[in-house]
Amino acid sequence: MTIRNWNRSALAALGLSIPGHAFAAAGHPEPYQIGFQDAVSPVAEFVHDFHTALVWIISIITLFVLALLVTVVVKFNEKANPVPSRTTHHTGLEIAWTIIPVLILVGIAIPSFRLLKYQIELPKADITIKAIGNQWYWSYEYPQDQGGGFKFDSYMLTREDAAKAGQPALLAVDNEVVLPAGKTVVIQVVGADVIHSFSVPSLAFRMDAIPGRLNQTWFKTDREGIYYGQCSRLCGQNHAFMPIAIRVVSPEKYQAWLGEAKKKFASNGGDETVKVAARSTTVE
Amino acid sequence: MATAAATAHDAHAHHPTGWRRWVLSTNHKDIGTMYLIFGLVAGLIGGALSIAMRLELQEPGLQYFTNPQTYNVFVTGHGLIMVFFLVMPTLIGGFGNWFVPIMIGAPDMAFPRMNNISFWLLPSSFALLLISLFVEGAPGSNGFGGGWTVYPPLSTSGHPGPALDFGILSLHIAGASSILGAINFITTILNMRAPGMTLHKMPLFAWGMLVTAFLLLLSLPVLAGAITMLLTDRNFGTTFFDPAGGGDPVLYQHLFWFFGHPEVYIMILPAFGIVSHIISTFSRKPIFGYLGMAYAMVAIGAVGFVVWAHHMYTAGLSLDTQRYFVFATMVIAVPTGVKVFSWIATMWGGSIRFTAPMTWAIGFIFLFTVGGVTGVVLANAGVDRQLHNTYYVVAHFHYVLSLGAVFGIFAAWYYWFPKMSGYVIPDWIGRLHFWIAFVGANLLFFPMHFTGLAGMPRHYVDYPDAFAGWNRISSIGSYIFALGLLVFFYGVFVAFSRKERAGDNPWGAGATTLEWTLSSPPPFHQFETLPRITGSDH
Repeated sequence: MTIRNWNRSALAALGLSIPGHAFAAAGHPEPYQIGFQDAVSPVAEFVHDFHTALVWIISIITLFVLALLVTVVVKFNEKANPVPSRTTHHTGLEIAWTIIPVLILVGIAIPSFRLLKYQIELPKADITIKAIGNQWYWSYEYPQDQGGGFKFDSYMLTREDAAKAGQPALLAVDNEVVLPAGKTVVIQVVGADVIHSFSVPSLAFRMDAIPGRLNQTWFKTDREGIYYGQCSRLCGQNHAFMPIAIRVVSPEKYQAWLGEAKKKFASNGGDETVKVAARSTTVE
Repeated sequence: MATAAATAHDAHAHHPTGWRRWVLSTNHKDIGTMYLIFGLVAGLIGGALSIAMRLELQEPGLQYFTNPQTYNVFVTGHGLIMVFFLVMPTLIGGFGNWFVPIMIGAPDMAFPRMNNISFWLLPSSFALLLISLFVEGAPGSNGFGGGWTVYPPLSTSGHPGPALDFGILSLHIAGASSILGAINFITTILNMRAPGMTLHKMPLFAWGMLVTAFLLLLSLPVLAGAITMLLTDRNFGTTFFDPAGGGDPVLYQHLFWFFGHPEVYIMILPAFGIVSHIISTFSRKPIFGYLGMAYAMVAIGAVGFVVWAHHMYTAGLSLDTQRYFVFATMVIAVPTGVKVFSWIATMWGGSIRFTAPMTWAIGFIFLFTVGGVTGVVLANAGVDRQLHNTYYVVAHFHYVLSLGAVFGIFAAWYYWFPKMSGYVIPDWIGRLHFWIAFVGANLLFFPMHFTGLAGMPRHYVDYPDAFAGWNRISSIGSYIFALGLLVFFYGVFVAFSRKERAGDNPWGAGATTLEWTLSSPPPFHQFETLPRITGSDH
């Protein structure tokens, strides 16, 4: 049983209802959530499984330490044990609490390294887009050779507009990133002014958008829906107000959207080279 | 003892009084006291900033901070003040100055005048930091709001006003103060131990301070270099961190964290030492596995220097780089585990008295364990990518620092207060303070694991409505913790108003270190005849 499921059933058992949402269950946080957002990509599933294993391990260790402390408090207080022992060494014990943690850590390291490789080594991309962090909005570029050739900015909706659109406040944006299901998407991430960080929890990527550096990350999902994320690197005044919204649709709908978007964003050229951050001498 | 009392009378006749006693002080105990008072004042200011943050975050929407940049300034101020002006001055300058010389049987620190300048640099540094809150930083707002890590380009082009220049100079002075202090501690510990006290017989607090001093000495110059490059990037047209001039913002991150990671051990190692003594004293048993405990601290300090880039997993490091830092970071869990289990083994078979300091120390062990195991989770780059810069990280480092280092400070306070002041704080006050702080801090920080897992990023003045529930609970927890401070002050008030005298050794047979052989408070100059160490009590 995953932690997420446990969360829901535990809340249900407590008689706490989770308000129904007009939008999909994955891709955004829920009230009193205690685990990750739903995993919708293979990397995200790997992260979740590995993290679940880690939670088991660290919970057992913490409870073990707690149990030892409780035992000590009960058995070795001055009433229960008026005469203290003088034991100060036990070689076997000391070797054990050195070796056993080493073995546990080796056990953790093996899947950890597999996950790391899976995240970092980019698969062959079906679609490549570029996400550019600005103070305080994201811009996206769709390359010409993949049916794109346009660029657009994506701003957060106000609380009122989000409510009108039936979307969660502070996560909804005016222009969503639309991408097809079932395709491998590589995202190039760069910062235009200061460092931002491009992150969508359900898709399990987080990549810093650094001026002068082209970082890349990837995802692939078969589940259509809208997946929200937020800037994850302190970037100034409106750091909390530059969310990311990725809408994953069927390949057909994606083609239709490409056509519309090309017209809608026609005035924005998509071929611009990445702008390196302007020096402070130009600050107004 | 008779000698100590006689010297006390002697010394009282000679030492300076009034403002000269303090401003011109070369006495390690007076300087320690000034550090403690300074840390307390700074801690209250830093704490007030955090209460303002929790008030804002209690509900979604903007309540008090109409300009979100002001919130960023508060976050930054809170971090810098708690690290540089609460934890470090209190643990190192305060308790370190007070008890390292006494525990090793030395009359004072090796360089008493340098000790004076170490302290007096600090208020000037703090003044600069406070001034920076009130001068322009980002266009149209006051103060620097780029986080305690001061990453460029937000700290260069993002904050053209002079606020961060004040901040950088403040850090330079605080760094100089700490480096001088570190030199003093290293010299004192290596050269001024009483006859018979070999390094392997030295109390663990002195060991913790020795390792800490080396970490300070080796890491702070790197910070100084990094922020100097930042200063010239900001003011003199250099481009160390500006890609437009061939620089690299990530270079700054490497330099900062080469300091920043040892810094977290700088904050916790002295607390490790303190907790060891408290556990041993109140279990009426010597430390279990003393050498293992000492060398675990050395190992933590050494490995702590080669793990810095685990703070940078999302910066775009290569696969092999991340692999190395995952591996190296997990290694630290081993000596940390040795410490936790040795503390428990020290208590095992003991005859424990649950006094206020002991309660704080046991609380420290458990909560530090909680913070430690989430560190193992975050060590894994694959999972960290999901948690980096979320509230999970905030929960993790507050468990090891707020619930670790700060609980260590309070444990030390209740343990050594009778020795330092000569007066007794009623034990129930310390225990009541503990339980209020324990409940408050856990309510405050534990839900942050949940909001972090659910994806709530750090440094956010406002958040999606779904995070409202846990945030409200966190805010309530912070008010409870603050309430506990009232109990703390009440304890101090009671001690100084009742003036109930503490004996030389109020803690009984388990308290074996040298400070308990002196009067309470100790004479102005102690050990004019050096004690001779024969046994091997630690």
